[in-house]
Amino acid sequence: MAVVEALVIDNLACRRGGRLLFDAVSAHVAPGGALLLTGPNGAGKSSLLRLLAGLLQPETGTVTGGGRRAFAGHDVALKPRNTLGTELDYWARLDGGQQRLPGALAAMNLTALVDVPCRHLSSGQKRRAALARVIAAGADCWLLDEPTAGLDTASSALLVAAMAAHRAAGGLVVAAVHGDIGLADAASLRLG
Amino acid sequence: MFFTLLRRDLLAIARSPALWLPVMFFVLTAALFPFAVGPDARLLARIAPGIIWVAALLASLLPVETLLAPDVEDGSIDQLISRGIALELVCAARIVAHWIGFAVPLLAALPVAGVLLGLSGADGTRLAIALLLGTPALASLAVIAAALTAGLKGGGALAGLIVLPLALPVLIFGVGSDVAGAFRLLGAASLVALAVGPFAAAAALRPE
Repeated sequence: MAVVEALVIDNLACRRGGRLLFDAVSAHVAPGGALLLTGPNGAGKSSLLRLLAGLLQPETGTVTGGGRRAFAGHDVALKPRNTLGTELDYWARLDGGQQRLPGALAAMNLTALVDVPCRHLSSGQKRRAALARVIAAGADCWLLDEPTAGLDTASSALLVAAMAAHRAAGGLVVAAVHGDIGLADAASLRLG
Repeated sequence: MFFTLLRRDLLAIARSPALWLPVMFFVLTAALFPFAVGPDARLLARIAPGIIWVAALLASLLPVETLLAPDVEDGSIDQLISRGIALELVCAARIVAHWIGFAVPLLAALPVAGVLLGLSGADGTRLAIALLLGTPALASLAVIAAALTAGLKGGGALAGLIVLPLALPVLIFGVGSDVAGAFRLLGAASLVALAVGPFAAAAALRPE
């Protein structure tokens, strides 16, 4: 991984449906760092992540640095009729990361499931697949929306290990969470 | 990049249970008209181009609800945007895939429809050229309508209302393809629709 610039969120405001969700949000995430977004339901955690992923435009403020970003939201973007392998291979192809895919599948304990059509996967397995897609993307900054929702203890531990490895290599993690997801020495940003 | 997107779209069409729907619809329409209008061969041959063009237009609209809406709902479009992949490219691939998915089988079924409607060989050939020139416009319009109505309940009916007036020039030049210059106008309509389509559809898909 190349040397990444720090992710700088400067005086960000977001308006959704005519309502100001948050304003004057600033944060700084250094390479290897992590930022936890906390706050009650509807405070704008998901919207801030979507903003960082380029899916929303800010009302004011800027986001700079952070290198290439990969986003895992609530929607898993897996086609029910395709196998897990087909799906992840397609996204890895778009990311130019097909050689990273086997490692990503192993990291999320999905190697045995590659031939299973996505409609037969449980919600936790789909969530793991979405995380494997983030890992295989080889992006510098991971944007994770409640990544542990629906994951069992063992899978959460896999995620913790993956995030630790990513940060050790200089990557960044920004995650919207309720409660602890096992990110050591992460900065915290409370919305709402 | 474009071919990765296109390959994916074509595979999705090939696996779709609705794969045969447009061409079945097209052939059935052509098969029903002789019964509805009566066995007057000259009348049938005269209205055959009109029947075939209307059937082609409606066939292009049959899969409109599955062209883009599932990708918006399941987050695929979000994933593409977050990768910085231009939605224009995504929509261009979708237009090509939709054209291959509905127009190519339709052209293959044209001889069958021609026989059912008593079309002569020369008229049939002219109609095939007209369809080849005009169907890219129909594919482009269908993808624009699919983008505009993605995320709406009952978007298919609305998509029809959006496409039909825009498709009128294609229909007019297509049916009147025995008039001098009609092929050129048909080709021009397709070129305009293909040039505008990816941008219009991408603008409709982009989150506000």
